[in-house]
Amino acid sequence: MVTILFDGIAYGMLLFVLAAGLSVTLGLMNFVNLAHGAFAMAGGYAALVVVNRLGVPFGLGLVAAFLFSAALGALLERTLYVHVYAKSHLDQVLFTIGLVFMSVAIVDYTMGSSQQFIAIPPVLQGQITVLGIGMSKYRLMIIVICGVLTALLQLGLTRTRFGSRLRAAVDDQRVARGLGINVGAVFALTFALGSGLAGLGGALGAEILGLDPIFPLKYMIYFLIVVTVGGTSSITGPFLASLLLGIGDVAGKYYVPQLGAFVIYTIMIVVLIWRPQGLFVRKGAR
Amino acid sequence: MRVKVLTPLAVALGLMAAGPASAQGVVKIGVIEAMTGQQQSTGVQTLAAMRLYMQQHGDTVAGKKIELIVKDDGAVADNAKRLAQELIVRDKVNVLVGFAVTPTALAVAPLATEAKIPTIVANAGTSIITERSPYLLRTSFTLPQSSVIIGEWAAKNGIKKVVTIVSDYAPGADSEKTFTEAFTKGGGQVVEALKVPLAAPDFAPFLQRARDASPDAVFVFVPSGQGATFVKQFIERGLDKAGIRIIGPGDVTDDDLLNGMGDQVIGTVTAHMYSADHPSELNKKYVEAFKKANNGLRPNFMSVGGYDAMHLIYEALKKTNGDTNGDKLMAAMKGMAWESPRGPISIDPETRDIVQNIYIRKVEKKNGELYNVEFATFEAVKDPGKAKK
Repeated sequence: MVTILFDGIAYGMLLFVLAAGLSVTLGLMNFVNLAHGAFAMAGGYAALVVVNRLGVPFGLGLVAAFLFSAALGALLERTLYVHVYAKSHLDQVLFTIGLVFMSVAIVDYTMGSSQQFIAIPPVLQGQITVLGIGMSKYRLMIIVICGVLTALLQLGLTRTRFGSRLRAAVDDQRVARGLGINVGAVFALTFALGSGLAGLGGALGAEILGLDPIFPLKYMIYFLIVVTVGGTSSITGPFLASLLLGIGDVAGKYYVPQLGAFVIYTIMIVVLIWRPQGLFVRKGAR
Repeated sequence: MRVKVLTPLAVALGLMAAGPASAQGVVKIGVIEAMTGQQQSTGVQTLAAMRLYMQQHGDTVAGKKIELIVKDDGAVADNAKRLAQELIVRDKVNVLVGFAVTPTALAVAPLATEAKIPTIVANAGTSIITERSPYLLRTSFTLPQSSVIIGEWAAKNGIKKVVTIVSDYAPGADSEKTFTEAFTKGGGQVVEALKVPLAAPDFAPFLQRARDASPDAVFVFVPSGQGATFVKQFIERGLDKAGIRIIGPGDVTDDDLLNGMGDQVIGTVTAHMYSADHPSELNKKYVEAFKKANNGLRPNFMSVGGYDAMHLIYEALKKTNGDTNGDKLMAAMKGMAWESPRGPISIDPETRDIVQNIYIRKVEKKNGELYNVEFATFEAVKDPGKAKK
C-alpha cells in the first residue's frame, strides 16, 4: 500500500517536472506548445550521449540535459516561436505539431529508433527499506530532485523580482512594457527554463518512461492532461494534479489491472466535469 | 473502398495472364518490413539476413535472377496493405516476404489470396495468421509454440505458482492463453494474469502486484524492445531477491538487445526457436558471416526468419525449374524440410506453418558477453494453436 503510494508520488513528480514548462507557456504565456515533449526528449538524448558515450557521471548528465534543452528552447524561441506568439491557437498547434514530427524524424535518423537506456550508477539501483517499506532508490531520488525543484519554482515565481515581472508581463503585456519591463526577454528566459525542466524530466524519466524517438507523441497527451486538470494559472495547480494523476495511475494499475491505463483518463473526465477550468483557477484569470 | 481496391488488382492479374513475358528471367521478391519506427530492429535484422543469404548463395537460381524490392511499412497495417498492392500491381512481384508485426501480415492476407502470390511471414507470431490465406506460409515461429513448451517445462521443474504479465494485444493474449493451458495441465497454478498496456510501459504497478502475490516465477511476454525495461524494473523492485524467476517466450531476452540489459538478466529461462549461441556448425558460420556483413551486429530470432524465407524461395524455384506460377511455388514450398541456423525445420504441408525445435535456454555469460544458452530441446514442435483443432 505505502509502496504503491510511493511509486505514485514518484511518477507524479516526474510528470510535474516534465509538464511544468508546458503549464507556464500555455497558462502564463497563452501559447499552445505541443512540441514540449520534444524538448524533454532532447534532454533525454543529451544525457544519453554524455553519460553513455563520453562517460560523464550521471548527475552531471542531468545538468547537461537541463542546459541542452534550455539552450535549444532559447534558440528556437528567439528564431521560430517568437513569430507565432501573436497568431491564432490553430496556427500555433499546427506549427508545434510540425516541430514534433521533425524532431521524431531527426532523432530516428541520428540515434536509431530502438529504446535507449542511460547507464545508471550502481548506487541508484535496487531498493532500500525504510520502516519496512521497500523503496526504489532511483524513484526516491526523483522525488527529492523534483520536490526541491518545485519549491524553487514556487519561490521563484512568487518571491523574486523576475517572478513578479513575469506575472506582470502575463497579466498585461502593454502595461508591463510601459513600466519598462523587457517582455520579450522575460518570455524567452521563461521558455528556456520550461524547456530545460522538460529536458531534465526526460533524462530522469528515461529509466521509467523509456526513451525513443516517438517519446514526444507518446507522452504529449499526459502533459496536456496534467495542465488541463491542474488549471493553468499557477504552479501549485499542475503540481497537485500531477500527484493526483501519478498516484491514481499507479494505484489504478495495481488494484484494477483490467482497467489499466484508463484510470488516468477517468480522473481527468471527472475533474473536468466538476471543474471545467481545472482544479485551481485564479479568480479573474483570463 | 473494397471495390476500388479489387479493380486494379483484377486488371493487373489479367495483364499478367496475357503477357507473362514481362517477368522472364527475373524473380521479383517484394519485401514489406518495418525499417523505421519501434519495430525497426526487426526489419533491419530480417533484411540483413536475406541479403546475407543472397550473398552466400548467389543471386541466380534456376536460371533466374533474384531481385529484392524493399518497402518500409513502419509496422503499420494500412501501409503494409498499400505497399503490397503497389508491389503486386506495379512491380509485379512473384513472392512477398516480411511482416514485422501481426496486423501487417493480416492486412496483406486477402491480397495474397486474390493475386495468388506466395507470401512468407518472416517475423509475426500470432497463430491465426496462416489460416487467413492459402497463400501464406511462415518461417518465423508462433507464440503458442514457445509458450506451451515453457509452460510444460515450468510445471515439471518445480515452479508451482506463476503470475503472467503480457502486453495487451493479440500475440500477448495468444501466449498468455497457451501458456496457462499447458502450465495448469502440468499441475501448476496461475495466481494472477496481468495485461500491460502496449503503449506506456511503466511496469512498476504490475510488478508490485506480481511481487505481492509471491509466485515462484513471473511469465512475461512483451514486444522485444520492451524486454530490457521489464527486466530492469523487475530487478529494481527486488523481485529477484524475493526469489521470483522470470520465464517466458524468448522475446524478452532478444539477442539483439541482450548485452545492453546488464548482468541482472543472468539466469532468466526462456523457450524459443533460435539463439545466436545455438551450438551447430551452420549457426556458427551464420553468426560469423552476419556479424561481418553488419558491423558486428548479432543476429537475433527475427533474422533467421528472413534467412529461411530466402532458402524456401530458392529451393522452391529449383523445384519448379524457375517457374514462378504462384500455385506451383506453393506446392513446392509445402512440406519442404531443411537445416536452418536454428536447427532442423520444415513447413507443415497442411497448415503451411513452421515446424521446428523449441529450446529451453538460460541467460549466461560467455567470453564476456551475454547469451541464451540452450540446455533442453523439444523436437519438431508444431503450432499448438492449430494442433488442437
